[in-house]
Amino acid sequence: MRRGRTGILVILAVVVVVVAAGVAVVWRPSLARETTTPSFPSQQVTRGAALAAIGNCITCHTKADGVPFAGGRAIETPFGTIYSVNVTPDHDTGIGGWSEAAFRRAMKDGVSRDGHHLYPAFPYDHMTRMQDDDIAAVYAFMMTRRPVHAEAPPNDLPFPFNFRPLIAGWKLLFLDRDATQPDTAKGPEWNRGAYLVEGLAHCGACHTPRNALGAEKTDEPYAGGESDGWIAPALNAASPAAVPWDAARLYNYLRHGFDAMHGIAAGPMAPVVNNLDAAPDKDVHAIAAYVADVVRPTPEKQAEGRKVVARLDDHAAASPSNHPGAAIYIGACAQCHGSLGRSPANPALNLALSSTLRMPQPDNAVRIIREGIRPAEGAGPIMPGFAAALTEQQLTTLLEFLRSQFARQSPWPDVAASVHRTLGNPTQEARSAQ
Amino acid sequence: MMTLKINGKTHDLDVEPDTPLLYALRDELSLNGAKFGCGLGQCGACTVLLDGQPAFSCVIPISLVQNREVTTVEGLGTAGAPGALQKAFIEEQAAQCGYCIAGMIMRAQALLAVNRDPTDDDIRRHMQPNLCRCGTHTRIVKAVRRAARTLRTAAASAADRG
Repeated sequence: MRRGRTGILVILAVVVVVVAAGVAVVWRPSLARETTTPSFPSQQVTRGAALAAIGNCITCHTKADGVPFAGGRAIETPFGTIYSVNVTPDHDTGIGGWSEAAFRRAMKDGVSRDGHHLYPAFPYDHMTRMQDDDIAAVYAFMMTRRPVHAEAPPNDLPFPFNFRPLIAGWKLLFLDRDATQPDTAKGPEWNRGAYLVEGLAHCGACHTPRNALGAEKTDEPYAGGESDGWIAPALNAASPAAVPWDAARLYNYLRHGFDAMHGIAAGPMAPVVNNLDAAPDKDVHAIAAYVADVVRPTPEKQAEGRKVVARLDDHAAASPSNHPGAAIYIGACAQCHGSLGRSPANPALNLALSSTLRMPQPDNAVRIIREGIRPAEGAGPIMPGFAAALTEQQLTTLLEFLRSQFARQSPWPDVAASVHRTLGNPTQEARSAQ
Repeated sequence: MMTLKINGKTHDLDVEPDTPLLYALRDELSLNGAKFGCGLGQCGACTVLLDGQPAFSCVIPISLVQNREVTTVEGLGTAGAPGALQKAFIEEQAAQCGYCIAGMIMRAQALLAVNRDPTDDDIRRHMQPNLCRCGTHTRIVKAVRRAARTLRTAAASAADRG
């Protein structure tokens, strides 16, 4: 009897401890609603604007044709659709009632003001590495935007993903709150770059592959990922670039959206570099310096890059190929991209330099040919989309030709299937343009 | 020999397969509605419909459009019997120099085929690839709106009669 009672007490104690631990992991308090509108020194707001630009906040927190930062953009994830929230300082639907402490908690711990856990589609696994004064500056910037009344549509997530307390478990497993420690062996520029790239700029959110639970694979940093139906190419030694990236070329690309040896920023990377317009030059240099150190091309890649550059001009003299795709290329592409015996009227990228044609799958090439590339206003000529011009079969033939002629790589495994898959899955940008 | 289906008629042309569709239309068939603007797919003056989708005919070799339906502005109506969009562009006087208008009408045609009640935002977004240097845009939007109204009214009266 006595033993039995002790047993029950032990079980009860265990249950209490487990429940308490569970509550400690899951429960987060609601933070008091701010009723006054805080004011900020203009210098802090300006600094916050530059930081928000590096963080690319506006891209996810703005829907197509929507008011900047008013949210409502659908973020497609393997678990369902999440809608970005309104981060303008509207009191009812935005973050108007958020104190700086609440904003900081959201950035570092992924918890909303009212205590609910936020989905990691919001990259707090990176933002958590930000310094408090930088978070305060971004807060000052957001709170001085024009408040917009806009409620995000409810998320479309099936059970169990719609049960937010589970996110607390995800955080136990994957949220590493430790700030990036400066590497004293490296200079201040590299360290500044590391701080921005690993934190605010959250480059790994797209360029690092994710595991089955949607967390970045920390043992494969920058090995290539996915973004809105586009391949986010590897930035590490597996980078598909024809000529390996270095700090100077990364700077060109990030600062101007274009590098002569790599081409123009397209797809989801286009808004990233557009936003970087507002970033200070030295931060763009720092990001380039750090990413260049991630790239670390092998000596073979360096040599291959030199070979590609050396034979660039040969293409202009090359005799027309008898591949059926060559005729399509000559008729539709050569007047801008040149080569195969015609000199370009409107020099676009020599496709021997194309990273897209060297990627392991043709998905990005399919999207670019179909949707075209529309650089930021005034940044250069557009590439027209050929969606209406090319049938699936014609596009497949063209891609096979481009891969062998310009990338000189083994054929993509199943181009026709990839074309078909991409057709059924237009990107957000293309959907809103329709 | 290249076989083109244009505005419902079949044409056999003795031209190189990499001839741009625009050149075939203008130089071989005297279908001069579509214009040569930039020749690089930047301006939209050469827009025609390919299987109903708007496309830049200046950057499309005719080898790609064998046996596909090409529609040009001549296919929408004549000076004596203009189509709904052509009539609306005339009524709204939606042209200054007129160079872009055939392309504008063809792109608008693709919109009205799928959306009979477009908002101004729909129209602006859809027409965005086509440029007009004279600044006739507000009239173009009005003309597209007017044509949509005409088509809706016609559809409603047809339904009443049915």
